[in-house]
Amino acid sequence: MKDVKPRVKVPSEAKAGEVFTIKTLISHPMISGQGKDKDGKPIPRDIINHFSCDFEGQNVIAIELDPAISANPYIEFTAKVDKSGTFKFTWKDDDGSTYTDEKSIKVG
Amino acid sequence: MTLTRREALILGAAGSAALMLPLPASAAAFDDAVKAFTGGATPKEGGVTLNAPEIAENGNTVPVSVEAKGASEILILAPENPTPKVATFSFGPLSGGASASTRMRLAKTQDVTAIAKMADGSFAMAKTTVKVTIGGCGG
Repeated sequence: MKDVKPRVKVPSEAKAGEVFTIKTLISHPMISGQGKDKDGKPIPRDIINHFSCDFEGQNVIAIELDPAISANPYIEFTAKVDKSGTFKFTWKDDDGSTYTDEKSIKVG
Repeated sequence: MTLTRREALILGAAGSAALMLPLPASAAAFDDAVKAFTGGATPKEGGVTLNAPEIAENGNTVPVSVEAKGASEILILAPENPTPKVATFSFGPLSGGASASTRMRLAKTQDVTAIAKMADGSFAMAKTTVKVTIGGCGG
C-alpha cells in the first residue's frame, strides 16, 4: 500500500571542509496513531522512526522521529567532508522496513 | 435542598478549582520527555536558535528549524501535542554545524520548545509560540 520513495539532494562537488546543505524527502504517510477510522477504531501508528546519514563510515547526523513529524518527512541538515566519497542515507519504518539511498560527492 | 448564597459561592469555588486541577494529558508526558533528555538538569535560556512561523494556517505541516553552536543533540518538543516529542537530532563528527530543519504537526497553538545538549554537558533551551489555525493530529 505504501509507496515509499526516498529523495536526496547533495551538491555534486564541494571544497574540502566546506559546509554544505543536504536535503532529504521520503514519501510516507506517517500515521500518528491518534486518528480513528470510520467505525471509530484507532488507526495503528506507522511512522518512519529513525533517519541517519553517514559518509564513508562516519556519522553526519542521526535523528529520532516521533509521530509529530509531518507526512512525507522532510529533513534538511549540513555536512562537511574533506575527501570524495559516498553519503549513505537510511530511514527505518515502524513496520521493520529500511529504506536507503546513496549520493556521491567530489571533493577537490 | 436550599443553599444560602454563601454555601453556593463556596461550592462554586470548589467546583472550579477541581476543574482546573487535572493537567492537560500531555503535560506530564512533556515533563517526562524533558527529564529523559536532560537527566533532570535545568536548561538555561539562550544558545539555541529555534525558528518556526508565528502563525501556522495548517497544523499538519509546520516548518521548524533549530541551530545550537556546539550542541551534540537537540530535542524539539510540542507540549500541547498528544505525544510531545517531535524529533531528536544527534550530530555526528561530519555534521556541518548543529543545525537542522524539518516539518512538524501541531495539534493547536502552543510554545514549541527546543532543548540542546551542549558539548560540556550543559543544556540550553529556546521557546517560540506558534498560533495554529487548523490542528494537525487527527485523520
